[in-house]
Amino acid sequence: MSETWRKQTEKLANEIRVKSLRMTSKAKASHIGSCLSVADIFATIYSGTAKISPETVDAPARDRVLVSKGHVAAAYYAVLESTGFIDVSELDSYCQDGAMLGGHVSAKVNGVELSTGSLGHGLPYGVGLALGLGASFPGTRVFVVMSDGELDEGTTWESALIANHHKLDNLVVVVDRNNLQSLDTTENTLALEPLADKWRAFGWNVVECDGHDVEKLRDSMNRTGPLIVLATTVKGKGVSFMNNSVAWHYRSPSEEELTDALIELGIKS
Amino acid sequence: MRQVFVRQLLEAAKKDSNIILITGDLGYGVLDEFAKTLPLQFINAGVAEQTMASLAGGLASLKKKVFIYSIGNFSTLRCLEQIRNDICSMNHSVTVVSVGAGFSYGPQGYTHYAIEDISVMRSISKMNVYCPSDSNEVSVVLTKILNEEKPSYLRLGKGGEPLLHQSNLSSDFENGITLRSGPDATMIFTGAIGSQVLQAADILSSTGIKAEVISFPQISPISVRKIQHSTSVLFTIEEHVTRGGFGSAVLEGLSEVDSARRVKMLGVNYDGHSLGSHSYLQDISGLSATKIADYVNSKLASSI
Repeated sequence: MSETWRKQTEKLANEIRVKSLRMTSKAKASHIGSCLSVADIFATIYSGTAKISPETVDAPARDRVLVSKGHVAAAYYAVLESTGFIDVSELDSYCQDGAMLGGHVSAKVNGVELSTGSLGHGLPYGVGLALGLGASFPGTRVFVVMSDGELDEGTTWESALIANHHKLDNLVVVVDRNNLQSLDTTENTLALEPLADKWRAFGWNVVECDGHDVEKLRDSMNRTGPLIVLATTVKGKGVSFMNNSVAWHYRSPSEEELTDALIELGIKS
Repeated sequence: MRQVFVRQLLEAAKKDSNIILITGDLGYGVLDEFAKTLPLQFINAGVAEQTMASLAGGLASLKKKVFIYSIGNFSTLRCLEQIRNDICSMNHSVTVVSVGAGFSYGPQGYTHYAIEDISVMRSISKMNVYCPSDSNEVSVVLTKILNEEKPSYLRLGKGGEPLLHQSNLSSDFENGITLRSGPDATMIFTGAIGSQVLQAADILSSTGIKAEVISFPQISPISVRKIQHSTSVLFTIEEHVTRGGFGSAVLEGLSEVDSARRVKMLGVNYDGHSLGSHSYLQDISGLSATKIADYVNSKLASSI
């Protein structure tokens, strides 16, 4: 069972990468490096870790997923399409005139709880959801996917205080810890380390894990909150020439680069 | 004003457990009874206004009717993007409450003067903006907010504002509430500056100028139905900068209809860096009763 789950989830992660590459290449859009680093996190959450499905998209007791790093819209929309929330034709129109799907996450899209794109909004919004849901639906959880650069925001640390104060055991934060932010590494920009110690000092349950190992991600996310999973990832994961490169926060793959990237992911043209 | 707001909210919240009041660690002596009576519907978010605003959005997505409370700029400018993205764009039932409208906080200084909030709040899509002038207006505005369940901004004074209205008001206030009638000029205002406007109308009356006076507790959406037709000079008066404020809202409203009205806008005419009592600051801003009357007089004289 677990082996089957792992294979299916890894397949989903691969799909997310392939679709994100095609979308960003076609639309000449940015942020492919982040889409590739977060793919396994999305695949894990949407493979049963969060209790959500297209059939229960409006159910009051559904788990909530907030994608606070809204610039990974392509990857998020890819997983929503792969899991049946949106139609493939919508992916095709990504970033086109009049389209539903744009470069940052929009709550107009089926399955999306909150529009994001300005960093530091998902966690405090999630704290509100966790506070409200805790009283009415004790089993329901709130997942917030954040970037590591986003931890610079003041709201992150305000929320860290509030979540611990209210003992929000239903709150799960997953940080896509790829060590790169907009212009440089996180440590050269605004040093975050020792990051786990900081969250522990704020009273959170902290787990560090390989952010590209779906089983470890799932097991990490299934602990009691307020929980933060520091998922170590590689920006551009899966496409060797995009690894650990700030440039791929902005560039979109040319047709030739897309072909090369897809070959690395096992897709031959 | 604050007391009436909190008392009425408490009564409503006793009947509706979805009403939640969140404070950014302010409201000493004002929110205590609410907190004590309904502890499960009260949260002190701490001195964390940005998180307070986003958190309110998250709660409102669960069908809660959330009120976030702080002093002037702290619940508005400090967390503007949170209000825009996590409350208004999501069309959530969150009411941003700010106390200390205009110069209410007097000697506390520049940081505590709320004189740009109307412009900023009314520029956000879906945000309804209310600025009641006395406790009676607070009451009908709050009733409307609770019924509508929309993103709202409620701008309150600090307390002790004189009553401008005698009796229970009609809930139909969006076109403005007429306080005086007169053919020579129309003075319209928003908020507690109304007491100065009424005194100015008395001064003008003693010199033979009979001015109509109308209160506008609702600024956005603005309705100019009551003021678009007559032809006397229209004066807008607000304890707020004129850039983008109440007067600007009225001009925008008039630009959408056929109206021949000449409009003069009166508001805070300096940068807000002076210090002193509320009435002192109103006076040096040109908003004391005498200065309002002088302004109206001079503009009427120059228009003849």
